[in-house]
Amino acid sequence: MISGRCAACKNQRRKCPSDCIFSPYFPANDPQRFACVHKIYGGSNVGKMLQEIPPYLRQEAADTLYLEAKCRIDDPIYGCVGIISSLYEQIQNAEIELAKIQTQIAFYKLQTQQQVEAEPNMEVLLSQSSNMGQFEWDNPTIASWFN
Amino acid sequence: MKGYEPRSSSSCAACKFLKRRCIPNCIFAPYFRSDECKKFAKVHKVFGASNVSKILVEVPEEQREDTVNSLAYEAEARLRDPVYGCIGAIALLQRKMVELQHDLAIAKDRLARYSAAAATTTTTTDATSIITSSSSCSDMFNINNSQVSLPPFPTSCSDFNDSGGFCHSSSSSQSFITTRHETTVDDFIQIPYIF
Repeated sequence: MISGRCAACKNQRRKCPSDCIFSPYFPANDPQRFACVHKIYGGSNVGKMLQEIPPYLRQEAADTLYLEAKCRIDDPIYGCVGIISSLYEQIQNAEIELAKIQTQIAFYKLQTQQQVEAEPNMEVLLSQSSNMGQFEWDNPTIASWFN
Repeated sequence: MKGYEPRSSSSCAACKFLKRRCIPNCIFAPYFRSDECKKFAKVHKVFGASNVSKILVEVPEEQREDTVNSLAYEAEARLRDPVYGCIGAIALLQRKMVELQHDLAIAKDRLARYSAAAATTTTTTDATSIITSSSSCSDMFNINNSQVSLPPFPTSCSDFNDSGGFCHSSSSSQSFITTRHETTVDDFIQIPYIF
């Protein structure tokens, strides 16, 4: 029945058998989908790839093949690899930035720790300085030097 | 006797694989050396020789090498993961990017809090300094109603490392990136397979 052909069989101008491997994944209402994969991979290669995959995974395989083919058509030189490369670069930059910020945080933590450790010493010195003043004025010998 | 042309030594990997004579202006020859049969075999299995030829004809000659290398990368990815191919890698990397952005947002927030706390602590220290006695004490603390100045922050992790600091890279950086140099599209062959 000609009207029941899938997009693949329509593209190939052949009869669409009842067990056509393409028909579940390349419906007639989306001819561009098969046209993309056919242009990049070729119909027979797509058929072979789908045959080697379990039926419950074929829909996802067909979807990813279509996406990759579309990427290659949009960017004939790099295809999907251009996207992968760009993502790697973004991840590298983000990791560098994260490392810098973590270093800054560690620096502030150290600074805070050093300030906390220095505060008891400050109290001791404050008490010592007040004691020194008392010592000077209570000690008549030293006090006499200034008189 | 017909002219004898030694085939195996001058044939490119594609023509060797396809068992045909390698003509002088073979479109595959510059990009599939005779010792790269596996590379062509993978590309042929996924894309087919005629499709590769059509793709190469459509791109400028100076970019054909990059095209072939990206096709080889995609073919390898598809053979390793017949269901998802390169799309699986993209999904993984996008997920990684989302996680990193989340971590960055948290880290920036923490840094802002520490920075604000440090500024507050500096102001508090000035307000509570009550030393009025010997000059030795004032020299020691050097507080003259001015803010305590922090040392200049290292501009790079390497600077901080030299001073015995705490610079450490994220533990996840090793899982995806094998080289630290900037990854340009020209270097995409260095991109590891993460399938």
